[in-house]
Amino acid sequence: MAKKSKDEILHDHNNDGIDRRGFLKCMAWAGTGALCVMEGGILKSYSLSRVGEISAKEMAGELSFVQISDSHMGFNKPANPDVAGTLKSAVEKINGLSRAPEFMLHTGDISHLSKPEEFDTVDQILKSASAKDMFFVPGEHDVLNDDGKSYLERYGKNAKGGGWYSFDKKGVHFMGLVNVMNLKAGGLGTLGHEQLEWIEDDVQHLKHSTPIVVFAHIPLWSVYPEWGWGTEDSAQALAYLKKFGSVTVLNGHIHQTMQKVEGNVTFHTAASTAFPQPQPGKADSPGPMKVPAEQLKSVLGITDVNYVQGRQALGVVDSTLA
Amino acid sequence: MIRKTVWLFGLFATVMVLTLLLSAGAPGSSATPPQAASAEVKVDNFSFGPATLTVAVGTTVTWTNRDDIPHTVVSTDKVFKSKVLDTDEKFSFTFAKAGTYPYFCSIHPKMTGSVVVQ
Repeated sequence: MAKKSKDEILHDHNNDGIDRRGFLKCMAWAGTGALCVMEGGILKSYSLSRVGEISAKEMAGELSFVQISDSHMGFNKPANPDVAGTLKSAVEKINGLSRAPEFMLHTGDISHLSKPEEFDTVDQILKSASAKDMFFVPGEHDVLNDDGKSYLERYGKNAKGGGWYSFDKKGVHFMGLVNVMNLKAGGLGTLGHEQLEWIEDDVQHLKHSTPIVVFAHIPLWSVYPEWGWGTEDSAQALAYLKKFGSVTVLNGHIHQTMQKVEGNVTFHTAASTAFPQPQPGKADSPGPMKVPAEQLKSVLGITDVNYVQGRQALGVVDSTLA
Repeated sequence: MIRKTVWLFGLFATVMVLTLLLSAGAPGSSATPPQAASAEVKVDNFSFGPATLTVAVGTTVTWTNRDDIPHTVVSTDKVFKSKVLDTDEKFSFTFAKAGTYPYFCSIHPKMTGSVVVQ
């Protein structure tokens, strides 16, 4: 399972500090637990099993945070009859990271049926995470009853419109977007005119060297439109971010890890902490996928992200709950 | 004696004629009142089955969620809207007017269906 411990890759054809082939190779290892760190423009990768041998200085970025997604609190069918238990395992995994994350992002489907007790349970479980700061964006399961009013009351106090907002951490600009409201028949995720205008305005005065991290529930690239895995108007949003040298997009919704690099944009989806879903087209529908109970934790996971100031891309690492 | 027989026969014939006349007015069945029409749509595997359902005016359509994930039934023209249906929950709507009624699941908008009322 573990790859070789060190592997320096030196192909920088675009002369922009990003070793694309190496990055893609590294990202392909991410599913088995690899750590990719940008150091001086060179991508270095380490197997997670050898993480103890790496010096803290080598491994640590100046900013590290965790993404979790799709906890679906309230789901209780065979694919996972104990989503609270697996969320607790995710928190244990986070608390076991050698470097405590500064904060956590939850990319939506916090609850399964938008019920108050479901949100309460998640809040309770996340209280014991080492990351004390939490940022949320809603999934379609979080805004079921009242056009998202109860979601916004809980998690959208400083948000605009339908719950979007931005904040800065150590020179990185984070943007939480909402693409699960006002969905139209036959359509995909949607950001909407008001939010797009806010995005344009929000990044207008930022330096092009500012690393951007966008997080939203439904993928902002076309993973598989037949199953609704895409956002209709994301191209417009990405156009506003074209000027930036480093854009990382973190999504959830599809309950499996997937990544894609397109120009300066790295797209990444997280695993769920509740249940997996089939790969695009590999099943009749994108519903919960049953696996043998002993394998469940190996298809659920968290995402750890490290950023070293002055470096180009963020180091994104997935690890399973197994 | 014969008069009584004739009288009885006349009464019997009258009853028969009246029964025939009454039952001719009620389509199909005997003397029981006509049942309200109903139809079913099964929601499963992220789809509505049948995707297009054709019914008569006055039919009550019942959607039953057999999927292991919640769904909703929402009319595109805002004619009807269910609450969130978890597994085994139902939603019914009676179509009083003829027309075509497209609908979708507001949680998974790729799921679409239509009721044609004639």
